[in-house]
This record gives sequence, structure tokens and C-alpha cells, in this order.
Amino acid sequence: MRSFLALLKRDMLLAYRQGSALTMTLSFFVIAVTLFPLGVGPELNVLARIGPGVLWVGALLACLLTLDRIFQADFEDGTLEQLMLGPLSIEFIVLTKIIAHWVMSVLPLIAITPILAISLNVHADGIWAMIFSLLIGSPVLSLIGAVGAALTVAMRRGGVLLSLLVLPLYIPVLIFGVASVEAAVALMPMAPHLMLLGGLSLGALVVCPFAAAAALRLAVE
Amino acid sequence: MAIDLHKYANPTRFLRIANAIFPWSIVTTVVLLATGLYLGLFVSPADYQQGETVRIMFVHVPAAWMAMSVYSMMAVSSAAGLIWKHPVADLSAKAAAPIGACFTFLALVTGSLWGQPMWGAYWVWDARLTSMLILLFLYLGYMAVWGSFEDQSKAAKAAAILVLIGAINIPIIKFSVDWWNTLHQPASVATMDGPKIHSSILTPLLIMGLGYTSLFVTIFIIRVRTEILGRRLRMLRVNQLQE
Repeated sequence: MRSFLALLKRDMLLAYRQGSALTMTLSFFVIAVTLFPLGVGPELNVLARIGPGVLWVGALLACLLTLDRIFQADFEDGTLEQLMLGPLSIEFIVLTKIIAHWVMSVLPLIAITPILAISLNVHADGIWAMIFSLLIGSPVLSLIGAVGAALTVAMRRGGVLLSLLVLPLYIPVLIFGVASVEAAVALMPMAPHLMLLGGLSLGALVVCPFAAAAALRLAVE
Repeated sequence: MAIDLHKYANPTRFLRIANAIFPWSIVTTVVLLATGLYLGLFVSPADYQQGETVRIMFVHVPAAWMAMSVYSMMAVSSAAGLIWKHPVADLSAKAAAPIGACFTFLALVTGSLWGQPMWGAYWVWDARLTSMLILLFLYLGYMAVWGSFEDQSKAAKAAAILVLIGAINIPIIKFSVDWWNTLHQPASVATMDGPKIHSSILTPLLIMGLGYTSLFVTIFIIRVRTEILGRRLRMLRVNQLQE
């Protein structure tokens, strides 16, 4: 447990000190979302209608951009191999990386979502639903993304393949995430959608660390 | 059971059996597809609401069955490849992927050609259609993984991990019409109370299903044979270089 926490602290500290990556991801999210009012036109009811979907897709793509950083640096300088020789099992190493990725790359995205939602004229109930659904559903993005990142870490140009592997598996999260926000805006119960999102998160939490660990063993051997 | 599996994991024995089956599978494919198409396109009655467009179903439904069965087969053989390291298991999953992708594509295309006159749109975003589209992407991703590794044994393992994670999509496709209110009609052949469609339509449909399966077996044998021979050729070349 102590080595788990130490590793987690190291990963978070590394991500924190390399702050520029975070600012770039956030800027990408903001710019990508800004493109939609310009592309679709500034009518407020249209924006309110497509707002939840745009925000979820934007968050998804911004998250995708950060995935290759989960293992890349440690793989390249050999740290990963050293860690795998250590007392902590690979599944737990993967889990620390995933937690660090979620806290350092995904949480900031969730934090600025309300501001973007206001700019897209999303209803106040919808903004709360947006935050809840992102908080419950976004761990899936990090978990599945870690499997994709582990599979492509040894490749020289894995980026495109990574998105081809990961995006189809993101679709269920997107569907239920947007459905919960739309239910909230329509004053319908959003609990079922949130529960499904929670189920996806828990299911991914069980499966993905093992799959990512298997993929990492493959990359290092 | 396990002993039997190990017996067939030997490429030479696999090739011998495959070669014995191969001529028969060609014959059954031709006979079944010809009978199925004749019964489906000429003998079976036109639907009282859909008219002649109902005949698209004889191409569409078996293709969708095959799309899902081939993926399930790939998942099982990838698991066998990961667990018991059978050389043929990995190759068979690799050989099946493009065939499965073609069946998925065929199901999507014929479905949208049927959807245009029936639903008034080539494509609707309901759960069945979307999950089939995801299946197509999974097939493409799987093939891309095989293409991106230089080391074949690494590629086999990476692709197996991917295919096993994607296998979660198969039950979603199957039950999507029950879990959500979809425009796509619910299951009408494999239901608990037996088939819900008349035998004049069911018979050609089942014959087409068998014909597609046997078509798959035929192409599959050709592809696995090519893979095994290609691998042997590479070994021979490496040996030659070493001498």
C-alpha cells in the first residue's frame, strides 16, 4: 500500500510539474467547443439543444489527446521496467497511472465544463447533470484509454491507432452521459442513466487494469 | 476436451483436416447459396406490407448472424491462443477478422438499402445499428493492430487482448432490441417460444444462414492455409539466411 501511494504521489507530482501539457489539453477542449457555435450558428436554442453532446464529445477528444502520456515517458526512459521489477504488481502500477491520469488530466476538464456549458446556453439543471455524469462516467475514459495506451506504447506512431482502438469503446459512455443530461433538462429522472454510467465505471475498473497490465508485459518483454 | 483441442493445435494436422473438408465445403456453399437464393428470391411470397423489398432480408439477416458469430469465434480462439498458446488459434482469429468485417459491412449496407424504402432513411441511430457499426470499427481496429506490430507473436497477443475487451459488444448487439425501444424489429427467429415467422420465409432464411456459414468455412480454410504456409515460408527463408 505504501509503495502504491508513493507511486501515485510521484505520478501526480510529475504531471503537476509539467503543467504545460495540462494547459494545452484545456485549451484544446475550450477551442474545440468554441468551434461549434461558429460552425452551427449562434442561435441559442440550437446551442442549448446540442450543448450536452458537444461538451461530452469535446471532453472525450481532449481526454484522447492525453492518453499517450499515461505510459509513454516511463516506457521510454526505462522507468516502467524498473517499476515492474519492484514489489508492486503490474496491475497496481497500471491502477496508479490511471488514477493519476484521471485526477491530473480529466478532473480539470470537468472543472471548466460548467463555464463552457453556460456559454452554450445549457439549462441550469443540465449543468449539474453534466458535472455528475462526467464525474461518474469519466473514469471509464481513463480506464479504457489505459488499455489502448498500453497496447500502443511500444509503437513509434501509435497515436492514430490508439484513437481507432479506443473511440469505439467510448461510445456507450457518450450515449449514457448525454442521455442523463438530456433527461435532466427535460425534467425526467436521470438516476437510471447515472446508474448505468456507474456500472460501466465499475465494470471497467475490474477488467481494464488486467488488460492494460497484460498489454504492458507484452510491450516490455 | 482439452486433449482434443491440443491435437488440433498442430498446424500439420489442422491442414490435413482442413484440406479434407475444403472440397466439400465448396460444394455445400454453392448448393446452399443457390437453393437459398432461389427460394428466397423467387419462391417465397412477397410481404403484404413491404412488398418485394422483404427479400433483402435473406441477404441481410444471415450476414448479421455471421458478423456476430465470427466475432464470438475470434474471441474464443483468441482466448485459447492467450491461455494455451496454440499457434493455430491466433492464426484462425487473424484469418477470420477480414471475413467477419465483410459480413458486418454487408449487413450494414443491405440494412440501409432496406431502411430507405421502409423507414424513409438510409440510416437511423438506434441501438442495434449503432452497436453493429461499433462492431465494424472493432474489426477494423483488430486488423490494424495485426498490421502495426512487426513481431507476429506480439501482434497476436495485443490483438487478442483487444478482441476480448471488444467481446462485451456482442451481448449488447444481441439484446439491444430488447433493452431499448429500437426502430429495428426485435428477434423473431431465435426466441424462447420458437420462431415467429412463417415457414415459407423461415426455410430459405435458414438455408441462407447455413450457406453463409459454409461460405465462411471455405474462405476461412483458404486464409488459414495461406497464413500457415506463409509462416513456414518465412521460417525457411530465415533458415536459408542463417546457413
